[in-house]
Amino acid sequence: MEEWWTYIVIIVAGFLATDIWRWLGVLAGSRLNEDSEALYWVRAVATALVMAVTAKLIVFPTGTLSHSPLWLRLGAAGIGFGLFLASGRKVGVGVAVPIILLIAGLWWLGF
Amino acid sequence: MATEIDERRHLSWFLQGMRGIFSLPALILMASYVGFSAFALESGLSRGEAVVMTLSVWALPAQMILIGTMVGKAHIAASFLAVTLSSIRMMPMVASIMPEMRTQKTPVGVLLFLSHFIAITSWVFASRHLRDVPRPYRVAFFAGFGMTLTFTNAVIVAISFGVVSQFPPLVAGALFMLTPVYFISSIWASAQQPVVKLAFVIGVILGPVLAVVTPDFDVLYAGIGGGTAAYLIDRFRRKRAQRSLRTAQ
Repeated sequence: MEEWWTYIVIIVAGFLATDIWRWLGVLAGSRLNEDSEALYWVRAVATALVMAVTAKLIVFPTGTLSHSPLWLRLGAAGIGFGLFLASGRKVGVGVAVPIILLIAGLWWLGF
Repeated sequence: MATEIDERRHLSWFLQGMRGIFSLPALILMASYVGFSAFALESGLSRGEAVVMTLSVWALPAQMILIGTMVGKAHIAASFLAVTLSSIRMMPMVASIMPEMRTQKTPVGVLLFLSHFIAITSWVFASRHLRDVPRPYRVAFFAGFGMTLTFTNAVIVAISFGVVSQFPPLVAGALFMLTPVYFISSIWASAQQPVVKLAFVIGVILGPVLAVVTPDFDVLYAGIGGGTAAYLIDRFRRKRAQRSLRTAQ
């Protein structure tokens, strides 16, 4: 029983806790029409949710990055986004530039 | 004869979706899952538990939160609550993909099954590429990408588990930063409507601000409140553009 308990937690508190929302999304989404007003709203909510999670990963990171200065993480992400826009929205630029800046900054700070 | 050709086309679009595994987003997610397996090992999970969690939950933030509560020996109900709050975002994400993915004839059961493979990476992939696929083959295309991505990452967790227990801080930091900066540029690049860009900016600002103000429901408030604000501002903009168009005629 003890060794199976972790799997029960994973299925109930992990799988069910997550997939309930996916199933509800299917049921709600099947009633939406493409280019309906409701879909505009749903898209906006989904995007704002994902970006809130994303911004929190940079501003309040866990693990190693929580020991790095905030200005370095914000600076790397901000300059990276600027160059991404300047490059005509090349995703490769938007990913490579912040990572290079972050690594250079961490190295310079003696990480 | 016609159905045979049809089936072959479905298969070819499924394979086309599978090829997405070699795309930049998929490679970045794989790097993130190498980081996850190191985190799972450090937290005392077994290899089997880490693999089952990846296959059954399939949402990196939810998996991190679940492990966090398990390490803290939280009650299963508390773990459920923490994970389910972080996963509410799945509902609008899945709902926004459905009208683009399904046809009139797609069985609901198929959509329920495929919804399991929707997480941030495959959501971004679907928002970018579904519109280029002929509608009857979109389900096959997404199934090819989504299932391949999930199973490949489960294999990556299984293989890398225990190989690296701890990365040098520089590498760990870079791995952690990959996911958010990838989301930032790919979601902006795939945004076609102004309302999405507006919601993007509002979400980026509200996420960290509300994390300070209401730490427990920050993401929920930022999403529903910020998304609704973006929608209303965009609606006002569209209505005004329509009106000025009408007066110009």
